[in-house]
Amino acid sequence: MESTSLNLRLQVWRQPSTQASGKFETYELPSVPVHASFLEMLDLLNEQLITEGREPVAFDHDCREGICGMCSLYINGRAHGPQQGTTTCQLHMRHFEDGETITIEPFRAKAFPVVRDLVVNRSAFDRIQQSGGFITVNTGNAPDGNAVPIPKTDADEAFAAAACIGCGACVAACKNASAMLFVSAKVSQYALLPQGQPEHRERVLSMVQAMDEEGFGHCTNTGACEAECPKGISVENIARLNRSYLGAQFSGGGHAAGGGSSMA
Amino acid sequence: MKLDSKIPAGTLQERWTRYRSTVPLVSPANKRKMEIIVVGTGLAGASAAASLAELGYKVKAFCFQDSPRRAHSIAAQGGINAAKNYQNDGDSVYRLFYDTIKGGDYRAREANVHRLAEVSASIIDQCVAQGVPFARDYGGMLDNRSFGGTQVSRTFYARGQTGQQLLLGAYSALNRQIAKKQVTMYSRHEMVELVTVDGKARGIIAKNLVTGELERHSAHAVVLASGGYGNVFYLSTNAMGSNVTAAWKAHRHGALFGNPCFTQIHPTCLPQSGEYQSKLTLMSESLRNDGRVWVPAIKEDAQAIREGRLKAGDLPEDRRDYYLERKYPAFGNLVPRDVASRAAKEVCDAGHGVAPTGLAVFLDFEDSIRRLGRNTISARYGNLFEMYEKITGDNPYETPMKIYPAVHYTMGGLWVDYDLMTTVPGLYAIGEANFSDHGANRLGASALMQGLADGYFVLPYTIGSYLSSEIRHAAPSTEDPAFAEAEQRALAYQQKILGIQGRRSPESFHRELGKIMWEYCGMARSRDGLTHALGLIDQLHKDFWSDVRVSGTLASFNPELDKAQRVADFIELGRLMVCDALAREESCGGHFRVEHQTPEGEALRHDDTFAYVAAWEYTGALNEPVMHREDLVFEAAHPTQRSYK
Repeated sequence: MESTSLNLRLQVWRQPSTQASGKFETYELPSVPVHASFLEMLDLLNEQLITEGREPVAFDHDCREGICGMCSLYINGRAHGPQQGTTTCQLHMRHFEDGETITIEPFRAKAFPVVRDLVVNRSAFDRIQQSGGFITVNTGNAPDGNAVPIPKTDADEAFAAAACIGCGACVAACKNASAMLFVSAKVSQYALLPQGQPEHRERVLSMVQAMDEEGFGHCTNTGACEAECPKGISVENIARLNRSYLGAQFSGGGHAAGGGSSMA
Repeated sequence: MKLDSKIPAGTLQERWTRYRSTVPLVSPANKRKMEIIVVGTGLAGASAAASLAELGYKVKAFCFQDSPRRAHSIAAQGGINAAKNYQNDGDSVYRLFYDTIKGGDYRAREANVHRLAEVSASIIDQCVAQGVPFARDYGGMLDNRSFGGTQVSRTFYARGQTGQQLLLGAYSALNRQIAKKQVTMYSRHEMVELVTVDGKARGIIAKNLVTGELERHSAHAVVLASGGYGNVFYLSTNAMGSNVTAAWKAHRHGALFGNPCFTQIHPTCLPQSGEYQSKLTLMSESLRNDGRVWVPAIKEDAQAIREGRLKAGDLPEDRRDYYLERKYPAFGNLVPRDVASRAAKEVCDAGHGVAPTGLAVFLDFEDSIRRLGRNTISARYGNLFEMYEKITGDNPYETPMKIYPAVHYTMGGLWVDYDLMTTVPGLYAIGEANFSDHGANRLGASALMQGLADGYFVLPYTIGSYLSSEIRHAAPSTEDPAFAEAEQRALAYQQKILGIQGRRSPESFHRELGKIMWEYCGMARSRDGLTHALGLIDQLHKDFWSDVRVSGTLASFNPELDKAQRVADFIELGRLMVCDALAREESCGGHFRVEHQTPEGEALRHDDTFAYVAAWEYTGALNEPVMHREDLVFEAAHPTQRSYK
């Protein structure tokens, strides 16, 4: 008979603030239902800590259905834990063993400073998007939605790139903490659509420059990002970004990309 | 207080056009000097902030998440309605208007709903131009699907992630304005007080959730786009952080709350599996296009399935009850949400439920897979099937899904007039935060439509009507005593919570409140049950304020303290919902009073006495609220008993 609950030992990163230094603390957590999600397991830990009069563990989470991208966590050395194509909130305890020790850390990257415990600051992603991750069209300024037919394959491919949830697992998984998968997904979505063409060249140059300025590292070309992406965003997007970037530089884009770009 | 809905003169079809042509404007030179605060960055908030900034206003936008892109609109799955009639199947603005009014069981304001239908088509155009990758057919044209409560295909979609793609579109428009410094973005900030000066909304107190600091922000107008309050039920399909605090502070400060008891219980969610559960997950209603809902016709079979002695596939056709197809042959599995939810409750209450808890029905794709092939079903619903398998461990291609209704959306919200302004001058509410367009029941794929309609195409016009009279005033200084007083109020509230140092976690109070609400103010409500619930909530309120335990300090990142404040507001809101449900002695849409049903068990409205919006005034935490009425006048869609048979 399959057991219905687990007794766990948790090694959790505790860090009071960005400036403070952190360390692992160990907690014993008994009777965790196997059908609970990983975050519900942390809820149980926090309930236990509060009852004992100790500080609960801070972690980011919101929708708990795998789409908002707010949850993070490095679980047993993997971004979003052991299950492929899964955010931490959709990871369930049935994938762990009774008696197991689970190590839980924040996403680690220079560009994602720890806020507290397991919470990191990913606003660098927002700033990259602000640098050019949009199409310039004021409200009310749009032609009929069917005015420009878009081949189904292009629309589908654009959708696949647009499925990125901005969680940052790609950065956490990368030895160099590169944001290439994230940036390339956004660039690709627009590159595949007719609406994205007029600003394509400037967008590529600006977003790459912003990525560099935020302190993300060089692409390693190892594909760790794709392997850990909960939404299966393909590294083909990175190839497309590289081509676009080269093309944009040679055609004399509006922005100087600066020297020493993180592009491989 | 006399409620004035400010519906413009003229016929239903003319009103919005005439309004737009005559509403006072603010000149570009004056827009530059005017500041607007937008609280919340979901579809309504992000689209409003971006559009207002494009017009030249200075905007400050706030969200409690770490990025505006994470607002819970992102989780909407199925689609967005628009009266494009691309399918040539007889759709029109009038038909979308009519379906929405009828679907809402004749408890929405006609003028607002007609305007919503009128602007719906422009939303699709705008989103396509932003690069939203909607589903397309092989000719490259936009594809549509049908949804519950309608007989046309007017729903645009992006696989099962429509909300995500629409929100990322609005977020990109917002980002463009942030880069141009037209919008200042405050992430990880929560509005904890409204500031009024001379009776007008002039700013907010926002808590920086990272440092714990209280900040003063002033503006010429404040827009609440803070979403719905489904989390009052603890278990709902809302995000964990979704809360009523911004709207509730506004309510405490004089904004009336409209139809708080109108809650949407969505029929297709994953059933609850244990006490540890923190939320319920929606399975898109679009699944009902190809899935058939059934339970075992014989109770003994249901029991055998519950105990694992029988499997769904073991039951031959004649021992299955496809109860929606049987009871509602015209709409079948595509009846509106309130009807489908109540029907599921009925069969489960009668002992035909299929999960170990007895609270689940089957949603079966076997026929569709046979008819269309596994690939087609996978293309339509692949991501939903995967999500189902991740959560439950069952494969829906092989065995039917188990589903049960769960709280999903709240039609009630802050009362607003035609301009989307609350009863506090200069304070607006848009999207799910207001009460306006969905009456007593919202149709599928209409929440995204309303959020974006309000933000892109309605508020940018209507807010000018107010601001044009404010051009002579500079934004008030945050040194105004009203700001100091509001900040003090917010501070005292949090200190009070921290000072209790009782024994129970905020979470435990939230869970208890949720159980009370679900049991007595959920899918079926009765006078006795609601009266009982009032006593339970009053006791819970007392317990909270004497026994809650929050550790940590004010001036730090303290999610437990933020949660406690949200729970405190939910407790007060829960009480108001019960009062509203008690006062509405009829059944309509999602509000089902067992005393008021037809002989067939359908909702029985009393149009002669209850065709009104109940707008409630706050009089103190445990005091009896005061009801104000806005009578609803139906010029075009004459109320009839809804029939989906």
